[in-house]
Amino acid sequence: MATIAIEQPRQRRSADAARGAKRVGLVLVGLAVFWGLWEAYRWIGESLGITWPFTVDEVNMPHIHEMLSAFTKPLQPGGPTLLHYEWHWALFTAKEAVVGFLLGGAIGFGLAVLLAHSRILRRGLLPYIVISQTVPILAVAPMVVVGLGSKGVEPWVSVSVIAAYLTFFPVAVNTLRGLLSPDPRSLELMRSYAAGRNDVLWKLRLPASLPFVFTALKISATACVIGAIIGETPASIQDGLGGAIVNFNQYYSTAPERLWATNIVCAVLGLVFFAIIVIAERLVLRRAPEHFA
Amino acid sequence: MNESQPAVSITGVSKQFKAGVTALTGIDLDVRPREFVSLIGPSGCGKSTLLRIIGDLIEPSEGTVEVNGKPAHRARLDHDYGIVFQEAVLYDWRTVSKNIALPLELLKWSREKRSARVSEMIDLVELEGFEDHHPWQLSGGMQQRVAIARALSFDPALLLMDEPFGALDEMTRERMNLELLRIWDASGSTIVFVTHSIPEAVFLSTRVVVMSARPGRVAAIVEVDLPQPRTGRTREEPRFFELVTEVRERLAAGGADLVGAEAEVEAS
Repeated sequence: MATIAIEQPRQRRSADAARGAKRVGLVLVGLAVFWGLWEAYRWIGESLGITWPFTVDEVNMPHIHEMLSAFTKPLQPGGPTLLHYEWHWALFTAKEAVVGFLLGGAIGFGLAVLLAHSRILRRGLLPYIVISQTVPILAVAPMVVVGLGSKGVEPWVSVSVIAAYLTFFPVAVNTLRGLLSPDPRSLELMRSYAAGRNDVLWKLRLPASLPFVFTALKISATACVIGAIIGETPASIQDGLGGAIVNFNQYYSTAPERLWATNIVCAVLGLVFFAIIVIAERLVLRRAPEHFA
Repeated sequence: MNESQPAVSITGVSKQFKAGVTALTGIDLDVRPREFVSLIGPSGCGKSTLLRIIGDLIEPSEGTVEVNGKPAHRARLDHDYGIVFQEAVLYDWRTVSKNIALPLELLKWSREKRSARVSEMIDLVELEGFEDHHPWQLSGGMQQRVAIARALSFDPALLLMDEPFGALDEMTRERMNLELLRIWDASGSTIVFVTHSIPEAVFLSTRVVVMSARPGRVAAIVEVDLPQPRTGRTREEPRFFELVTEVRERLAAGGADLVGAEAEVEAS
């Protein structure tokens, strides 16, 4: 019998830990390099007076340490620090994004299951699903906010709907692809068992689609955060990161580091969403290593 | 099941594909219960197509197929046969045990009955200790044994095998041949076996159906009178070589291009 390489669980765990540490190290090195490049460009730019593509100065490129120290300074004299505010804005935006993610994910998934079962629906509906994504979200957002607002829906729920609008598309398209991915032999096997449509869906198509679904969820995890941030603007929501960005935009020339600090929080929020999906994928998928991107 | 009634009865079966290709013409064949029948032939002789027609995976253009005395369609709905393909077609996300249990789940067996049956099948194909492995952790031969265990798990009277060992190396293949004969003996099933290999067909079968191509038809049927049970020694007996030669000559008489036979792509 051919020998099969099966690692001992203990070995694998320590190998995983080593790989994890290496990854964290690489991320830190990457951040350090970025920091260095940023400060170096600013130093050179200011020394040479570079004006193209933008003037390098205090306003356009604040020091990174200034952005970070902005978190610890009070927003108003004697008030809580910027970090305190950012935390609450981030939580508020995260709530909108999570609801949008779940809503969009469910709609996208349901749509994919529906389309997987009907060639006619695929032909008829798919173009409109694609068109829906060619309409700029900035144009859709006010319509959703005003439309739902007139029905008495809370503004933050409208923002979630906008986040869902960005979420459902990758989920629908990738899940559909996953549901249609089983090879003819796998389907023939099911046919030999006289398996019904539901059995084929639950025992074959859905499990086969999971790697595709997780790819979509990773895209959607960051897209729903962007959707929530953008959606807050027309909804005039002041409690989230989108509201904060609009606000700090107005004071950019005097306190650019606050906008930059908020950008960092937005990025971190997106990364946290992404990481949660990656962890879920590791827990759910038991596949050959090559299935993991 | 009535012992005198054929396990498979094929009458006047022809198959034309949409492109106008005639894959099979005028096939008549009866397979008795407990028989091991091999279908052998060159590329495009329609042997895989014939196997799929028996399994009601494709429909014949003409003629009828009965399995256990009922129409092939009814037999498929009644789970009268298990099938093994050239690739193991295991579901990656299922462990060995769960792959074997797949048809039992579809048949709504209880959890206890399933796990009892799965451990019987694990014993039968000698995969003890690999129950919780995933398919991608197994060698090709082991994967194929899982596929056989899965096909036999619900105790079908008929086992259809489409070049099940075609992707294995020669040594693994010979060992799997012996395994299959042991399993055939232990399970009491009837086997219809598609292969490219003349020695494999002779070694395994009670009868070898020699097919020829364009259009696919039965060129000859060779009774294999080698004593049972077959062992590693069987391959060294003079009678074995005589039968191999006979099958080869029948294939040649049927116009078989043996060189091209390895690269068969069935239009199925």
